Amino acid sequence: MSAVASEPGVMVTLDRLTFRYGPRSTPIFQDFSWTVREGESWSIIGPSGCGKTTLLTLIAGLRRTTTGTITVGGTRIERPRPETGLILQDYGLLPWATVEDNVALGLRVRRFYGPDGTHAPRAEKVLGRRAAREVVEGWLRRLNIEEQRSRYPGAISGGQRQRTAIARTLALQPDLLLMDEPFSSLDAPTREDLQNLILQLQREIRLTSIIVTHAIEEAAILGRQILVLGQPPNTAPVVVPNPESGAPSFRSTGIFLDRCNQLRTLLGLTV
Amino acid sequence: MQPITHPSGPDGLTTTRPDAALPTPRPGQLALRQIGRSLLNLGLAIGIFVLCWIALAAALNREIMPYPWQVLPVFVEEMQGDLWDHTLVSARRVLSAIAAAVLLATPIGLGLGQIRVLNRIFSPLIALVHPIPKVVFLPIILVIMGIGETSKVFLIALILFFQILVVVRDEAASLRPELIQSVRSLGAGRRALFRYVYLPASLPAVLTALRVSVGTAIAVLFIAEQYSTREGLGYYIMTLTWQRLRFDQMYAGILAMSLLGLVLYLVVDVLERIVGRWRLADEN
Repeated sequence: MSAVASEPGVMVTLDRLTFRYGPRSTPIFQDFSWTVREGESWSIIGPSGCGKTTLLTLIAGLRRTTTGTITVGGTRIERPRPETGLILQDYGLLPWATVEDNVALGLRVRRFYGPDGTHAPRAEKVLGRRAAREVVEGWLRRLNIEEQRSRYPGAISGGQRQRTAIARTLALQPDLLLMDEPFSSLDAPTREDLQNLILQLQREIRLTSIIVTHAIEEAAILGRQILVLGQPPNTAPVVVPNPESGAPSFRSTGIFLDRCNQLRTLLGLTV
Repeated sequence: MQPITHPSGPDGLTTTRPDAALPTPRPGQLALRQIGRSLLNLGLAIGIFVLCWIALAAALNREIMPYPWQVLPVFVEEMQGDLWDHTLVSARRVLSAIAAAVLLATPIGLGLGQIRVLNRIFSPLIALVHPIPKVVFLPIILVIMGIGETSKVFLIALILFFQILVVVRDEAASLRPELIQSVRSLGAGRRALFRYVYLPASLPAVLTALRVSVGTAIAVLFIAEQYSTREGLGYYIMTLTWQRLRFDQMYAGILAMSLLGLVLYLVVDVLERIVGRWRLADEN
């Protein structure tokens, strides 16, 4: 990983990104450039196979670009960047560890390596055992999973599991939060509950967030900007500004419905 | 700060479902209760076993089938002499074999389970070799490895090796890629993945494999101790006592070997329950 000079205020830069799975297959992205500025909240939406999850794993550093570069927070991405948080649909919790131990996992990994700049941020001092426990404590309380702390992921509800995954990621104080269909396996009330939680957190912490979803409503609720992807190859970003998102009762306004219809049209669905 | 006005809760933070609010015992207590129950079962089983023994001795009424009260004093007496040394030798052989098999089979099983190409190449071979009763190789092993300890430990380790290999491989293969990805996204490289994911995931698998194969291991030890040794419970039972018609002593040896198996099994079983506590959680 090498530091690259970048504009101040820019969090993610995709510079003429090309990505394909096999040497002869259609590229998912071709010469695709896109910028996310600090503090922005983005939704990415598109039909299945459009490459939205691929894009997220590329930004997360879990996949390599074919050509072109991705820069996050001034760092060229070639492997996971310690300041980036990632939340997946299936939670990714350790089934043999309690809720509390799962929330502490990221901090333990950091202590395991020390501030080496590769696995944990270089500048920051790695938290000691006691300080880490306090951080974990705070997030268990903030996400309302204190009572579940000594239970195993197999014994709690889907919503509680996703809260555990969110707490585990936020305990590392990421500056960029990537979420891949985080709520799609949850029932409707729990999903809405967690969407509200994300909106709150976006306001509380200065967090840049990118959320991938296949649900039109979710894209409109969580993203102040919406990136619409189509069938590959994607060559230029199609962006729908959605500045009203996050306002109280945005879900029940006419603007919200109009925005959803606009997205449906862009996705080629009949309104 | 803008207020959230939403019907799902005062600040959108309530997801606790009514069924989740019911008091359930903590996983630790569950495991303890389970161990308590199995100790009770063990006591009951020993009681029934002794009764069957007495009935059988009474029915046969021959020298080859003494009563428990004839055997027990001999067992205690012999344990203070040679029998204890023979037991230690046998235990050392089994434990060395377990250690060697675990140390070799676990990393190989993890590798096969996680690297699909390797598994595709080697799994037909493993499927072919795994069901072969390894004890048939005893004569070859004796010739190649000589008459010392190595041949006996090797044979038992060979049996345990395949058991552990297969179970650990399947366990590692069942780790979902999403789990690995999300732990990597927390900053984990290869070493941390091993420490926080692969090791805790394979430990219960190793114990399961040991639990099901420790009986076979001791049976094979018994056979291996018939040849080219003057130590061990197999030698004690067949050569020192049976061939000399010392039946009471022979039963003391049988008892010692049974206890060796039982103790090993119980240790593995308890460890497995402690390490696999979380599996109980799924059953709630």
